Amino acid sequence: MDLTNGPYRRRGGAMTTPRLERRAAIVELLENRGDLLIVAGLGSAIWDVESAGDHPLNFHILGAMGSIVPTALGLAIAQPTRRVLAVTGDAEILMGFGTVPTTAVRKPENLTIVVIDNGRFGETGSQLSHTGAGVDIAGMATAAGFSSVTTVTDQKDLADARNVIQNGAGPSMIVLKVDAHMPKVVMPARDGAWLKHRFRNSLLGEDAAKE
Amino acid sequence: MNTNDPGWQESVYQLFKQHNIRQVIYVPDAGHAPLIDRCLEDPQIKAGPLTNEFEGPGMCAGAWLGGERSVLLMQSSGVGNIINALGLVRHCTIPFLTLVTMRGEWGEFNPWQLHMGQSTTTTLEASGVVCNRADSAEDVAPVVESSINLAFHSYAQVAVIISQRVMGTKVFE
Repeated sequence: MDLTNGPYRRRGGAMTTPRLERRAAIVELLENRGDLLIVAGLGSAIWDVESAGDHPLNFHILGAMGSIVPTALGLAIAQPTRRVLAVTGDAEILMGFGTVPTTAVRKPENLTIVVIDNGRFGETGSQLSHTGAGVDIAGMATAAGFSSVTTVTDQKDLADARNVIQNGAGPSMIVLKVDAHMPKVVMPARDGAWLKHRFRNSLLGEDAAKE
Repeated sequence: MNTNDPGWQESVYQLFKQHNIRQVIYVPDAGHAPLIDRCLEDPQIKAGPLTNEFEGPGMCAGAWLGGERSVLLMQSSGVGNIINALGLVRHCTIPFLTLVTMRGEWGEFNPWQLHMGQSTTTTLEASGVVCNRADSAEDVAPVVESSINLAFHSYAQVAVIISQRVMGTKVFE
């Protein structure tokens, strides 16, 4: 196998499909979010969500890579009458992709997963990732049995994607094909225990901390 | 074993009901099988399988964020799969309870089980998880109940280590 000219050696290169700008796309998806519950991670997905505004119903995960979808799934099962959104990246979800079939078999109608797919390990030097080398996350979610799977490459399709998040019969996945540029860090509170209390107090009431 | 004895798994199921455990997730093990069946039959308990134990701490964290208590059932070999994910429940001080059926110890036949079996408790303790061990069938229910209390009242991360002696050594015939 010749890796010197293979997909893992490629840098840059012309994109054949239109690409979204990640931050603008997430901000548009979260317009009028209402009481949507959001689990986001690891790094740049959080900066994007946070740039749309801080919210007590945001739970950010800055470690335990691979845990974004499982956390959103446990939350969606616990709160079946609320809309739940997981915001993750292509490498984050691929670290524990078994969570996609696990989600498919539990059939949470209220859960949407947004994958910000830049085809790169963006935090670590922009090395080409598996999706950058052609792996199709949307295709795998379809094969797993997700109710709704959409790949968005054009900004004009974001309004439909927002409607899926707010009203679609899940489990749904939206793969945002974004360019490789990394916008400025917008750092949220990093103390997970504080984020947990704030989230539970907002969702469950002030007595949640007394359980 | 008395054939009329409903077994430790039934006692654990009753404790789940009594302590309002609402989500049960598992990578199956023969030792847990009767407990998994009871949970799947119960409309008050939302139960389902994982592809990998790694999903467990995240799902338990999500359940707690949503106001529900959960338990992860797994075999000792699964412990190696969850170490990094434990950072989520540890850092956020989220109650976490797992029931671990042991392999690779008491009379083990399969040498491949020893690697994880012999390091299960050490690994969990090094990761900040309290390990409470049950060495006999009679021990299981009181150890599980005290561990439920420790996890959900003291916001701890707790593993009940159920000895291979309780299940009996797996025989390949």
